Amino acid sequence: MATGIRDKVAIIGMGCARFGERWDASPDDLMLEAFTEASADAGIDRDQIEAAWLGVFYQEQSTSKSGLPLSLALRLPNTPVTRVENLCATGTEALRGAVYAVASGAVDIALAMGMEKLKDTGFAGLPERTKGTFEDQWQPGFTPPGAFAQLASAYAARHSITRDDLKRAMAHVSWKSHENAADNPKAHLRNRITIEQILNAPIIAAPLGTFDCCGVSDGAACAIVTTPEIAANLARNQARRDIVTVKALALASSNGVEMGHASWDGSYTPTTRLAAARAYKEAGINDPRKALSLIEVHDCFSITELVLMEDLGLSDPGRAVNDILDGRYDRTGAIPCQVDGGLKCFGHPVGASGLRMAYEIYTQLLGRAGARQLKNPTLGLTHNLGGIPNRNVASITVLGLNSI
Amino acid sequence: MSRGITGFGAYVPRWRLDRQAVKQSLSWLSQGKSKALGTRSYCNWDEDALTLGVEAARDCLSSVSAQPDAIWLASTSLPFADRSNAGLLAAALDVAPACQTLDSAGSLRAATSALISALSNSSCSLIVGSDARKARPASPQELSFGHAAAAVLVGNNQVVAEHLGSHSVAIDFVDHYRATHAEFDYALEERWVRDEGYQKIVPPAIAALLTRCAVSPSQITHLLMPTGPAIATRLAKDCGIAATAVVDPLHTEIGDTGTGHPLLMLCHTLETAAAGALILLIGFGQGVDALLFRVPTKKPSSRPHRGVSSHLTAGKTDTMYTRYLAHQGLLDVDFGMRAERDARTAQSAAYRRHRDLTAFVGGRCSQCKTLQFPYSRVCVNPDCRLTDTQTAERIADVTGAVKSFTEDWLAYSPNPPLAYGNVNIGDGGNVFMEFADVEPGVLSVGLPVRMVFRIKDVDRVRGFHRYFWKATPVGS
Repeated sequence: MATGIRDKVAIIGMGCARFGERWDASPDDLMLEAFTEASADAGIDRDQIEAAWLGVFYQEQSTSKSGLPLSLALRLPNTPVTRVENLCATGTEALRGAVYAVASGAVDIALAMGMEKLKDTGFAGLPERTKGTFEDQWQPGFTPPGAFAQLASAYAARHSITRDDLKRAMAHVSWKSHENAADNPKAHLRNRITIEQILNAPIIAAPLGTFDCCGVSDGAACAIVTTPEIAANLARNQARRDIVTVKALALASSNGVEMGHASWDGSYTPTTRLAAARAYKEAGINDPRKALSLIEVHDCFSITELVLMEDLGLSDPGRAVNDILDGRYDRTGAIPCQVDGGLKCFGHPVGASGLRMAYEIYTQLLGRAGARQLKNPTLGLTHNLGGIPNRNVASITVLGLNSI
Repeated sequence: MSRGITGFGAYVPRWRLDRQAVKQSLSWLSQGKSKALGTRSYCNWDEDALTLGVEAARDCLSSVSAQPDAIWLASTSLPFADRSNAGLLAAALDVAPACQTLDSAGSLRAATSALISALSNSSCSLIVGSDARKARPASPQELSFGHAAAAVLVGNNQVVAEHLGSHSVAIDFVDHYRATHAEFDYALEERWVRDEGYQKIVPPAIAALLTRCAVSPSQITHLLMPTGPAIATRLAKDCGIAATAVVDPLHTEIGDTGTGHPLLMLCHTLETAAAGALILLIGFGQGVDALLFRVPTKKPSSRPHRGVSSHLTAGKTDTMYTRYLAHQGLLDVDFGMRAERDARTAQSAAYRRHRDLTAFVGGRCSQCKTLQFPYSRVCVNPDCRLTDTQTAERIADVTGAVKSFTEDWLAYSPNPPLAYGNVNIGDGGNVFMEFADVEPGVLSVGLPVRMVFRIKDVDRVRGFHRYFWKATPVGS
């Protein structure tokens, strides 16, 4: 009988490259930057890593396929490296591979690396790509903002909310992330902006304006994972009292309902609800509103973060607008969300994002977050929504602090 | 048993270019005050002679129960030189494959000549006339042309216009021409065309037809002459036909729409023609076709859903000359790097799902009754998910409702913003699809939409373009 992943694997080191328009940096540079930090943090040399997972989404724009780019960049000692890709859940998928490898007992120490080099595309926004030979012939020629803007029209209709009220709450989401990122030296967008600036920005895909969309960034983030026993020994050597363990790693994949069945009204993400239920069960969380110290969610667009507050069970149905405007998810609120700036401002190098979120949770749990440090956090959640509301992979990671 | 027209329908694209706006944009080119009045119809970027023809054919078939066993598409601006355009039209209509299809081309008489042929055989024939001719910017044709299609069904039952006779004359009179691969017409002097063409070629043909049918010119109640009213009136006089019989060619509203124009005028006339009306239909182009019809005493009450009339009122006047130019491919607009996306069609994949794509056929689960697109072997209903339970069902004629939408200014579209969203197609189904002919602010959740056949993507590298269906507000 499976018992889940809870407390079977610990994270002993993490690293994160500075996100942004890294015109100067190649994919290799970004991976090395993240790994150098993680290696020093864990006190683990690259030769001690027994297996690695590399997450890259748009390989066409940067590294090409396979796990080789990681092996080549770090000159790993012919370590087994597997490349994973699951849309915007790619980074979390890399972590899942490494964590499961350790939990299986196959290896003691594994590396999860997520990297994306987007700014060699040559234009703003995400690269164009095929949706499939058949799908291209009938699906709309959508962009991510347009695909996610669907949530706004359906959410407003379902909850009888005016576009103006919805836009105000969406603006608060983005305003809050800019405020948070100002205290994050690794974030892509660190400028403070006003609600008026956000509301008056040009429309990208109605009703989303420029500031409702996250940054498109270059970046990499990684985690070195091991067993709790090895982690505890390493922590003691570094005079640490706590280790961070994985409490849950849950995924839910669309099966066509959102694309083809009327039972979904378009106003929420069913996969997130399923992944959240699985993650809370695996982590033993009964009341996520009380248990979670902080969350990092997939705020690719402001409207996404808004509906996710309900999908994660943190706001009551139809109440996300009020909770957001009340500051519930601000850094000073009951459940701080995107303390590091989120996808919105930390940036969204697709393959790295899941691990970047884990990096912030890890950093906060260990009390290393500097100016943006929360008070005594013990449990944090990351969430990715890979794809679009019509067709996606939802992934959730729960990380917790454990005394040794 | 009488043979004749048993159904009719039309389609005129929604955009109507304001002729004054064109003249103003081009005022630097010519002196004097412009007399250009009214509007001309033009294709949106995702329309061509084929899509116009499909919509006209659907309108025609909307009011009849008979299904055609022959489909002929007449046009001088067919999208494919070697790929049966009529076959593609037949596929879009989802008629049974045992259907004789034929492209009729080469002259503005292509539609009337096809109609004469269909009237002389025994098939239930759908004759579609359609054109989306390009005109060189600033040419007289730019103002006079329009884009539209019309369709008539020919058969022996429920005849709404009985065929009394036809007469054809072939004369290589070159009033205008367009060489193969040429983009635009080369037109000769109007006065010569009037004097040596219409006035010398048409009257003898009319006389021959009326004599054979034993009908006196004064009995003609409707003269359908696809030219300007001045020439038509002069011809009526020359032929002894009452001036009141001259039917408005709709040039002021939609322009001269080319091959399909005689059929368009026929459709417009049949919408209101009274029992006993004698209708003389003329096709002109390197000769003349003359066809005589009589509306039977007991005229069946079949009228198309839309017809010409509703299209006349559904037009949207456009004063943006540059948009017209861009949609015709006459202005090389910079649409940004996103427009560089490769739109190559995997033909084997397209053929595998050709009925899905061309006819908009999905599946209905025989167990849970869920309607779904695309058809798949496993039912999409999360409470069903049975395998191999679906039967083919056409979605093209479904009225849907907007479930969610956006107007996307980032996505590549030749007519931004690209509008798309989820459409509830009823019976449990949902399709994520593009919207056609909507401006920002038009869409709302719950808005009823119908399906229209349009160009989906253009592959400039390989000279191919593919079609699919889009949703448009029911009221448009």
